[in-house]
Amino acid sequence: MDDHRLQAGDLARLAGHDGPVTVLKRTKVLVVRAGDVVVKAHPPGTDEESLRARLDAARALDGVMLAPLGLERLDGRLVTIWPAGEPLTMDDVEAGATPWEEGGRLLARLHARPVPAGLPPAGGPSRLPRAMADLAPAGVPAPVAAPILEAYATLPPAREGGALTHGDWHLGQIVRHGGGWLLIDPDDLGPGDPAWDLARPAAWFAAGLLAPDDWERLLTAYLAAGGTAVSADDPWRELDAPARALTVQLAATAVAAGARAGEPPDDAAEALVSACGRIVAATRAGT
Amino acid sequence: MQCPKCRGRMRTFDRNGVHIEQCDNCRGIFLDYGELETLTNMEAQWAQQTYAPPPPAHGGPAWGGGHHGGHHGGHYGHRRNSWVGMLFSS
Repeated sequence: MDDHRLQAGDLARLAGHDGPVTVLKRTKVLVVRAGDVVVKAHPPGTDEESLRARLDAARALDGVMLAPLGLERLDGRLVTIWPAGEPLTMDDVEAGATPWEEGGRLLARLHARPVPAGLPPAGGPSRLPRAMADLAPAGVPAPVAAPILEAYATLPPAREGGALTHGDWHLGQIVRHGGGWLLIDPDDLGPGDPAWDLARPAAWFAAGLLAPDDWERLLTAYLAAGGTAVSADDPWRELDAPARALTVQLAATAVAAGARAGEPPDDAAEALVSACGRIVAATRAGT
Repeated sequence: MQCPKCRGRMRTFDRNGVHIEQCDNCRGIFLDYGELETLTNMEAQWAQQTYAPPPPAHGGPAWGGGHHGGHHGGHYGHRRNSWVGMLFSS
């Protein structure tokens, strides 16, 4: 723990802050808030050229994405500095204050922007094989993993796409800043199939986790804002394949997290594993 | 009363206060003035009480699941962190 605290303090000092530091996230990345900035240490081994291209792209996306303040290096880690926005909280969500419409509009606007030259492909699809590869090391019991592996085997290859996509969109990826909502975290930003940005909420909806009304609010606002990832008359034509992939990915991630915590799959994980079973059945039935 | 179509015999029925004449021969139905509107209104009322809300405007996948209580609608229960946390994670 001392080691982590030291690192958090180092990040804050790098951004020129000596005051109190709040750790916002400590996974493969370390994100801290110090005063009016947020400092993020990227995973070891992050490609600097790719990150620079993504930061430049974010800087050009005013009104859509939060612009970075700087890029530094600390103990071999790449570190980015950001203005602190006000994130959405779980309390906001439970109070029914989730800005689904804003999320839909931001994604629609992002997908309409041209792809800057030199930007690496969006990172969304590469998360799926990583999540699958983590099942065994996490110690997920074979009977729990079986329906996920079976559904994974039915998935079609990811569609190519040339739109500017976020690559890792969820409710932690929007903040209030300067009087409006903005997307954050360009780590997976790049050209790809934009339906992948809608596929995670689509998977929540298909698993029975996200209320149909909430899903409709997001999708309707996306389409009303001119979103091009899906067709208005039948959005599931484009959504079906990436939503299947995200369902498998989210199921794998959820059961791996449970196994690491030494707990059986919780309700949300079970809902996703059930959806994997339905994906297998639907593939067999040819739908 | 004679059926205006086939001249068969009309029989009178009372259904929820609506007067209906039906022909024994061709099964044709004769309604008095205003009775069609009364029936339409009753049908609409019944439909409102009986039918489930319409399905999502944009449909769903063939492999979509049923929506069960506890995961949404503002009452997340003791599993709050499992599902609500998922909304915020990669």
